[in-house]
Amino acid sequence: MGAGHAHSLHHAGDSVVHRLPAHVKVVVAFVMVIAVVATPREAFWVFGAHLALLVAVWIAARLPVAAIAARSLIEAPFVVLAVLLPFFATGPRTEFLGLSLSVDGLLAGWNILVKGTLGVLISVTLGMTTPVRDLLAGLSRLRVPGLVTTIATLMVRYLEVIAAEARRMRLARVARGHDPRFLWQIGPTIRGVGTLFLRSYERGERVHLAMLARGYTGTMPLLGDVVTSRRTWTLALLPAAAAVVLATTGYV
Amino acid sequence: MTPSLEVSGLAFAYPDGHQALFGVDLRIERGERVALLGPNGAGKTTLVLHLNGVHRAGAGTVSVGGLEVSKPHLQEIRRRVGVVFQDPDDQLFMPTVGDDVAFGPANFGVIEPELSLRVKQALDAVGMGEHADRSPMHLSGGQRRRVALATVLACDPEILVLDEPSSNLDPVARRELAEVLLGLDRTMLMVTHDLPYALQLCPRSVVIDEGVVVADGPTRELLADPAFLAEHRLELPFGFSV
Repeated sequence: MGAGHAHSLHHAGDSVVHRLPAHVKVVVAFVMVIAVVATPREAFWVFGAHLALLVAVWIAARLPVAAIAARSLIEAPFVVLAVLLPFFATGPRTEFLGLSLSVDGLLAGWNILVKGTLGVLISVTLGMTTPVRDLLAGLSRLRVPGLVTTIATLMVRYLEVIAAEARRMRLARVARGHDPRFLWQIGPTIRGVGTLFLRSYERGERVHLAMLARGYTGTMPLLGDVVTSRRTWTLALLPAAAAVVLATTGYV
Repeated sequence: MTPSLEVSGLAFAYPDGHQALFGVDLRIERGERVALLGPNGAGKTTLVLHLNGVHRAGAGTVSVGGLEVSKPHLQEIRRRVGVVFQDPDDQLFMPTVGDDVAFGPANFGVIEPELSLRVKQALDAVGMGEHADRSPMHLSGGQRRRVALATVLACDPEILVLDEPSSNLDPVARRELAEVLLGLDRTMLMVTHDLPYALQLCPRSVVIDEGVVVADGPTRELLADPAFLAEHRLELPFGFSV
């Protein structure tokens, strides 16, 4: 869809996965994440199987691996934490390449790394195959409170408007010679943030007025009717069921 | 025949005590296009917000198509009064153009398949039929203004109220919007500072200043009286005369 390039997470396509209703995909992704988190950290091969399952979904959705990798970079800060753990955790230690590492820390680091990575990959897969507006409609269909989806809907729209406003304000500062290099020169920038907040607040009031003018009574109308057949649910829940089974075998 | 809009003796003071309107009378017949002129702070916007019941009259009444603006029929009033706000970014809050145009009619109880039809007709009427799936962020200023117009057209209003429709538009977008508006054949109240635009679009003008109507007549006659215009902080742009 046309809004694709606005939200770079989405990867337009017309695969089986793309065509599934958004609320079904949200449920599947949620179950898969829970299954991954519930898998015991020592069951190493199960995580490999989770990944294989995900790869199968990617093949079905025809998602390029490079695009998935690029979108997964968001995880990077957490990786740093996971890498530091083996060095600083306490408990019995082991030698590796001349480094003294904590066994507990290694396992804890691995646990964060593997579950975090799989979680991000599942979310990225959901985001790449579902446009944001469908995702929001899907959440409404799953009875997520209207206030939450309304806030999210407005956020998707106004993040760009506010970012553009912030860029214009920065340009206006720079055009008058503001060139902050040191912490004590940051004053005008901070005041700019304050102004931006006030402007956004006022815009919020105007938007609300415009919504009232078109009959808004507190709930967003649910646009587009989706009827989901039992067959669709069954098909879509297959990978979720597989992930749950895998997680369970990890305890055996 | 019932007029599209009838305002009589409308007075209003803001909660802080500032009195904005002192008894406004205004009658607009069905199919008329009327410009609402006046300097900043004259009470134009305050009047507009009375038409769809955002503000409640302190005294006097407002009726739209024979229905009085009051709490029990607020929803029907808001359907009948289509306000196009000055900044389209305030009006277009949904992720896509099509969703935004559907927002109004969906609130007023229009359901599929009628809803999709309304969206298509409204977007076609403003020449934006191709852009239903796009985000408002990726449209030009003129396109956004026309989509904002479509969002209220889809509600099939009794009267269109346009707040500064020509502001921030380049000359071509300004002319294109005028062509769209002239082709709509609807009752229209246009709040503006753009006097040539008022002359082009509205045969009749109402001038409001300090909360009262100070003139009501053919636009061309009003704009031909420099002394009157100067008295109310209005003036034609440099090089214009009528």
